[in-house]
Amino acid sequence: MQKAPVRLIDEEGKRVDGREWNELRPIKIEVGVLNNADGSAYIEQGKNKILAAVYGPKEAHPRHLTLPDRALLRCRYHMAPFSVEERKSPAPSRREIELSKVIRESLEPAIFLEHYPRTAIDLFIEILQADGGTRCAGITVASLALADAGIPMRDLVVACAAGKVDNKIVLDLNDIEDKEGEADVPVAFMPNLNAVTLLQMDGTLTPEEFEQAVNLAIEGCKRIYKMQKEALKARYLAIKREVEEQ
Amino acid sequence: MTTFYENREIVTPGDLLAEGDYKAGSNTYKLGNKIYASRPGLVEYNEREVRVVALNAFYIPSVGDLVIGKVVEVNVNGWVVDINSPYSAILRASDVLERSFKPQRDELTEILDTGDLLIAKITSFDRTRAPTLTMRERGLGKITRGQIVKITPTKIPRVIGRKGSMINMLKKETGCRITVGQNGLILILGRRIEDERLAIQAIRKIEHEAHTSGLTDRVAEMIRREKMKEEIKQDAKSPRETDR
Repeated sequence: MQKAPVRLIDEEGKRVDGREWNELRPIKIEVGVLNNADGSAYIEQGKNKILAAVYGPKEAHPRHLTLPDRALLRCRYHMAPFSVEERKSPAPSRREIELSKVIRESLEPAIFLEHYPRTAIDLFIEILQADGGTRCAGITVASLALADAGIPMRDLVVACAAGKVDNKIVLDLNDIEDKEGEADVPVAFMPNLNAVTLLQMDGTLTPEEFEQAVNLAIEGCKRIYKMQKEALKARYLAIKREVEEQ
Repeated sequence: MTTFYENREIVTPGDLLAEGDYKAGSNTYKLGNKIYASRPGLVEYNEREVRVVALNAFYIPSVGDLVIGKVVEVNVNGWVVDINSPYSAILRASDVLERSFKPQRDELTEILDTGDLLIAKITSFDRTRAPTLTMRERGLGKITRGQIVKITPTKIPRVIGRKGSMINMLKKETGCRITVGQNGLILILGRRIEDERLAIQAIRKIEHEAHTSGLTDRVAEMIRREKMKEEIKQDAKSPRETDR
């Protein structure tokens, strides 16, 4: 079956949702949204809506999982059945299990796990609405939830994707661009330490294009990082302002 | 030596706090000669040291700390106690009884049962083994009455205040006996339930506004205001009682 050709970038260089090639989707972040979790955060990035919750460090159950030299980080990336257009089975799929592992490994280098041996940290990332780039937004929001829980970290981890769409390298792909485009490069990054913790590529790129895409993604990460920090401080600054006004 | 923030400014993990010959204090870490924050909190620069007062954290046991805990398990020769920490503590029967413990004579559940709350002191902890507790000191023992408030452990110093200024004010103004556990649990014992409620309200306010200045005065003012309200309410009630 031949697919109808889709124009992902129009004559004026605008993308399907009206963005420029180097423009992020609008982002809204909130920290400390759940009372029952030790730490939590919520992000809206374009049409993505993601909630993250952290429990712990606490005693690891079952006991045999405990590590003698560091804390155990357990991560669950899960898409709600209503997060996509066609109902998704709530059971963890192959893709979700893989993403859970990938997200865990992108956050582990940021956390001082070795300070708390024999304990476990549980991290839940719940995708309420998905529109491409959920793994990146998931990492961004998860690191905020970890910081909110008071878990010591080397740096906040921030993630963003770049890719190739209609022969052009663009930033922060949405669902259509991800599916119809030529390539997608998600990058997770610790800006203060200048270290990449996740780097994947789906599709084909020349070495030059790949380098361009990685640099663009890191540029995007740095922009999101500023919003992350603002969100983390916002709650406390609001209280401070309130008090000073009295 | 260079510093990058104002004193008591809010920082987030990964922020570069200082460069040069400083010591990395609590909630910070050192890479080369650079010091970074590891938790969200307020930076404090001293002559030689940089530290961060965390806005939220969990309790890590430390020898000599007074803690409030809950019995979660009864074993053959002691109890497992939840001390609001990633590590649950062990309390041996010999650290409770005045005499030596004999399994054939003593029934442990008669002394402490699951769900019982207690005040204890930490006697050992090194992260490779569970912390141990003792109750054989003055002021320690089973809690039989009062109310417990839970706050984040990093805000305990704020509840105590400089040289105990805050806690002494709280005790004086509310007339309650207050025992502060370093693990973030606070026991409040008052003569009337209204006094206990007022103390809890004040502690909640301290937790909420811990990162602002002039807190002791504001809390004292709030307590006085609440007391006045209560008096007015009682004055309004009493004439009706005399009618009857």
